[in-house]
Amino acid sequence: MTRPREGTGIPTPLLVPAGLGIAFLVLPVVGLLVRAPWSDLAPQLTAPGVGDALRLSLLSATVATLLSLLMGVPLAWVLARSRIRGRSVLRALVTVPLVLPPVVGGVALFLVLGRQGLLGRWLFEQFDITIPFTTTAVVIAETFVAMPFLVISVEGALRAADARFEDVAATLGADRWTTFRRVTLPLVAPGVAAGAVLCWARALGEFGATITFAGNFPGTTQTMPLAVYLALQRDPEAALVLSLVLLAVSLATLLLLRDRWLGRSGAPVA
Amino acid sequence: MKGRAAAVAAVALLALAGCAGPAASSSDTATGSSSAESSGSGKLTGTVTVFAAASLTDVFTALGDQLMADNPDLEVRFNFAGSSALATQLTQGAPADVFASADEAQMAKEKDAGLAVDPTVFAQNSLMLAVPPGNPARIAPPQAAGIPGLADLVPADLTLAVCAPEVPCGAAAAKVLDSAGLNGAPDTYEDDVRAVLTKVELGEVDAGLVYVSDVHAAGDKVLAFAFRESSLAVNRYPLSVLTDAPNPAAARAFVDLVLSDAGQQVLRHAGFQEP
Repeated sequence: MTRPREGTGIPTPLLVPAGLGIAFLVLPVVGLLVRAPWSDLAPQLTAPGVGDALRLSLLSATVATLLSLLMGVPLAWVLARSRIRGRSVLRALVTVPLVLPPVVGGVALFLVLGRQGLLGRWLFEQFDITIPFTTTAVVIAETFVAMPFLVISVEGALRAADARFEDVAATLGADRWTTFRRVTLPLVAPGVAAGAVLCWARALGEFGATITFAGNFPGTTQTMPLAVYLALQRDPEAALVLSLVLLAVSLATLLLLRDRWLGRSGAPVA
Repeated sequence: MKGRAAAVAAVALLALAGCAGPAASSSDTATGSSSAESSGSGKLTGTVTVFAAASLTDVFTALGDQLMADNPDLEVRFNFAGSSALATQLTQGAPADVFASADEAQMAKEKDAGLAVDPTVFAQNSLMLAVPPGNPARIAPPQAAGIPGLADLVPADLTLAVCAPEVPCGAAAAKVLDSAGLNGAPDTYEDDVRAVLTKVELGEVDAGLVYVSDVHAAGDKVLAFAFRESSLAVNRYPLSVLTDAPNPAAARAFVDLVLSDAGQQVLRHAGFQEP
């Protein structure tokens, strides 16, 4: 019989590769859990700097996500709905950070926003503002790397959404802005939520662009991934503990958000 | 500064030496009988993997090219990174033939793990204060004679990059900053010395503490100042053939090359000091 069993409803040809996929993604995390130094967890957790790094990570990832929402949703709309020429080129350009090695992204940010950069030099000379090596730089680096994830998700949702609702709204006299606000946005809300979660998670784990553009200073620019990387050089066990903290906090946040905001609509979230 | 040109010249010299004599090795640590054979030309085959401190990038690449030129069937591969990261990778079972660390603490980890036996110190390196070519913070040594102290060079509002204390150059930086009473001066703790150098070259920091050898490697992309406290933190670079080396003969040959007069000359030209 080719009909799947009632129990799981998974066709056998999908079962094995899916199981392999699960093992591949989950086993490394299991490895972390098994090797974690559970006995001296407490002193590691209260080590100076851990709280700072965690706070900074959560704060900067959240601000980066808000910035991405603010710029990314309109950008996704432009990519999905507008009639401007060169849309596909534009799409390729804004998704470049997805393929760019993050360290190169960090250098690119220097070239624009650094003290010697195109914009940064002007900011520095006119207003004495320097962006690198500040928390602002962390947020910028994370936004640069994470926003494309949101844009791609939202654009996909917009393309999948039925544009006839928007046409109907227009025939009923709604202007384009009202249509966007009252019809389009609610329609793609699950896609926006999924994109925001993806974006937040990516920002939380960001390493390369951050250490390049923002540097590494405890309390201002040392996020959890940076703390983990440096701890790995000195004391791998401490790095494991820090990773577990990041893992626990991000899982907890995503699960809480899912219950609180995302409902059980079956949106592809977390 | 003409560090790179000098290194190239030294390699050329080395090539001449390699052609003239049967063996360039003058190692005082050659232990096995394989050593005499292995340093001869054209005998070595396969791949040899060298894990080396980031500060050795230019010198070791040049020496590796030399060894490959002498042994056409040999491929020398490098993994350059912060010594601490390399030590961790080795302890986790990364396959390698040779480890060269920027300080003895990281090599001690490998000795404790039974991976390295009898490491030999082959060079020393100390810190300098590197600044971008334009010297944006207008750092200048005071008029007084002699080598200035670090505190004389570094004003309070300077943007300063140093290595993180977890890596050897950062341990050295911490020592000199502590002694100069400048613990609060750094604005970023980078994960290896080349990252500090990059930030200085890009002009994104006013100054950075890097090795003398990095100043040589950067050529005219940075200016540098010596300071008194640097003598307090001289890093000794040990290297060792690893006990699990897949290609021990080639590993030995690489180590011998580094320790040979010709290899030492390349190191001197690149700003490293004699051990």
